[in-house]
Amino acid sequence: MTSESTAAARAAGPPARRRRRAGGLGPSPWWGYAMIAPAFIGLAALYLWPFLKTFTKSFMDTPAFGPGTWTGLDNYTELLGDGEFWQAFGNSAVYTAILLLGVPIAIVLAALVQQLSRGRAVYRVLYFLPVVTLPVAVSMVWRFIYNGDFGLLNWALSLVGIPGQYWVADATYAIYAIGVVGIWMSLGINLIILGAGLQSIPPELYEASSLDGAGRVRQFFRITLPLLSPSVFLVTVLTVISALQMFDLVFVMLRSVDNTALDDSKTIVYLFYEKAFVQFDQGYGAAIAIVLLGVIMIATALQFRLQRRWVFYD
Amino acid sequence: MTEPSLKPRKAAGSKATRRGEWILHLALAIAAAVMVAPFAWQLLTAFKTTGEASETPPTFWPAEPTADAFATFFDSVPVWSQFTVSVSALVLRVVGQLAVAALAGYAFARLRFPGRSILFGLFIAMLMVPSQLFLIGQFELIRDLELLDTIPALAIPGMFSAFGVFLMRQAFMSIPGAYEEAARLDGAGPLRTFWSVMLPMVRPTLGALAVLTSLYSWNDLLWPLIVSPRGDNRPLTVGLAGLQGQYGTDYPTLMAGALVASLPLIVIFLVLQRQFFNGIASSGLKG
Repeated sequence: MTSESTAAARAAGPPARRRRRAGGLGPSPWWGYAMIAPAFIGLAALYLWPFLKTFTKSFMDTPAFGPGTWTGLDNYTELLGDGEFWQAFGNSAVYTAILLLGVPIAIVLAALVQQLSRGRAVYRVLYFLPVVTLPVAVSMVWRFIYNGDFGLLNWALSLVGIPGQYWVADATYAIYAIGVVGIWMSLGINLIILGAGLQSIPPELYEASSLDGAGRVRQFFRITLPLLSPSVFLVTVLTVISALQMFDLVFVMLRSVDNTALDDSKTIVYLFYEKAFVQFDQGYGAAIAIVLLGVIMIATALQFRLQRRWVFYD
Repeated sequence: MTEPSLKPRKAAGSKATRRGEWILHLALAIAAAVMVAPFAWQLLTAFKTTGEASETPPTFWPAEPTADAFATFFDSVPVWSQFTVSVSALVLRVVGQLAVAALAGYAFARLRFPGRSILFGLFIAMLMVPSQLFLIGQFELIRDLELLDTIPALAIPGMFSAFGVFLMRQAFMSIPGAYEEAARLDGAGPLRTFWSVMLPMVRPTLGALAVLTSLYSWNDLLWPLIVSPRGDNRPLTVGLAGLQGQYGTDYPTLMAGALVASLPLIVIFLVLQRQFFNGIASSGLKG
C-alpha cells in the first residue's frame, strides 16, 4: 500500500516538483510564514511595538496615570541640560574605558592558555566561573571585599602600607571599584571568544618562524596579534556595547540605605531604571533610552570605521 | 655516532619545554587564584559568625565553623518558593525559546517565501537595540494582559529573541541540502523534514542556545524587578538583592545566600561546560 502510493507519488512527482521549483524551492511559501509566525508575533509585540512606543514616549510628557501629552523635543532638551544625565553618561564612559583595559589582559591570558599542552580546560573553567555566577551574588561578595572597615582589600593593602578606602561608599572610587569587578566578570567570556580565534591560527606559521629564529615574544606580536585581530575586534565591540548597558553592579553594590556615593555613580541604564520605573516618568526615561541607543550606535559605527586601521583580514 | 648526540639533545629540549610549561602553569595559576579568590572568601565567610566576619585583621579559617548564616538566610527569604519560581521561569523560557527559534531559524535558512530577507533584516535590526529600550512597552503589555506578578511574565519576553533565531538559522544553513532532498523524496512533508531530519542535526546548537538562555534567565535582575511589583512570584535574584537591604552588614548571611542562589547554575555549568563554551564561541554574545 505504502510502496504503491510512494510509487504513485514518484510517478506524479517530477513534474509537480519542477513546477514548484520554478516558483521557489520546496514547499509552498505558506510553510515559511507559518514557521516564522510565532517568532514574528513575539518580536512584533515584545520588541518592535515596545521600541516604537519608547520612541514616541520620548517626545511626550507622561504622568504616572492617564494619557501623556506631546511635548516635542522637551525631554531631550531637558536631558541635555540635566547635570545628573551628564554625570551618568560620564560614569558609563569611565566604566566602559575600564572594561576595555580588560581586553589586553584577556589576550595575554588566552595566548598563555593556548601554549599549554595539557590543562587548558581547567583554567578555562576557573576563569569562566564569574560569568556563570549570579551578578547579584558577585556584587555582594565584592562589596564585602571592598568594605572600608573590615574588607579584605584594605587589609591586603595595609600589608604593603597603602591606606585603605571606602571603595564603594566613596564616589571618588566607586565607579573604578565597580569597573574592576566588571573586568573580573567578563574575562571568562572574552577568553572563550579569543581562544576560538587562536585555535584558527595555523600552527605551521609558528613552526616556520621558529625555524627562522623568532622567539615567543616576537611570534606573539608578529603572528598571534595580527591574526587574532578579528577576534579582538569582536571582543572590543561586544565589550563596549555591554559596558554601556551596565546596571546590576550599580544596583547591588551601591544601592543601600545610606550610601551617598550612589548619587554620583549612577550609570545611564541605572538612571533610566530610576526615572522610568521608580519615579514613573516614562517619557523622560524613554528619552534616556533613545539617547543610549544613539550612543551605542555611534560607538559601534566608530569602531567599525577604525577597524580598517588595525584589524587584519586575510 | 649521530645517535648518541641526538638523544641528549632531544631530552634537553623536552626538559626546556617542560620547564617553560611549568612557568606558564605558575603564571596561569596565579591569575586563576585571583579569579577564584572572591569565591573562596565567600565560602569561608559563609561559615563564620557575624562578629568574626567583621574582625580586623580578618581571620582566614572560621574559628568556630557554623551554619547559622544559612539558617538565617533560609528563615528570612522564601528560598524554596523563589527557587521554584526561578526554575519554572527558566524551563518555560528555554523551551519556548528553543521551539520559537528553531522553527523560525529553519524557515529563514531553508524555506523560500516572499519577504524573507526583509523579515530577517528586521530581526537582525532588533539585535542591535539595547534591551532597555523594550522594557517600558514590554511592561505595559504584560500589565495589560494582567500577567504582572506571574511566572509567565518572567519568561515571556525572553522566549522570543532575535539572537536565538539568528543562531539557529546559522546552524541550519550549515547542513548540506542533500538531507532535505532525500527526506522529500521519501515523501516527508516540511514539518516532518524539520522535526525528524533537520532538528536532530542541529542538536549541538540547540544545546548551546539552551544553556545560554538558562544563564540569562537565572541571572536576570532588572526584568523580574519590574514585573513583580507586588512581590509575588519573585525569583531568587530579586530575593537575594532584597536581602541586602535587610542584612546590610551581616556578611555571613549575605555570603550564604549568594552561595545558595549561585550554586545551581555553577553545577549546571560544570556538567555542561562544552555547551557553554560552544554557545559563546559560536555566538560571541554577552549577557
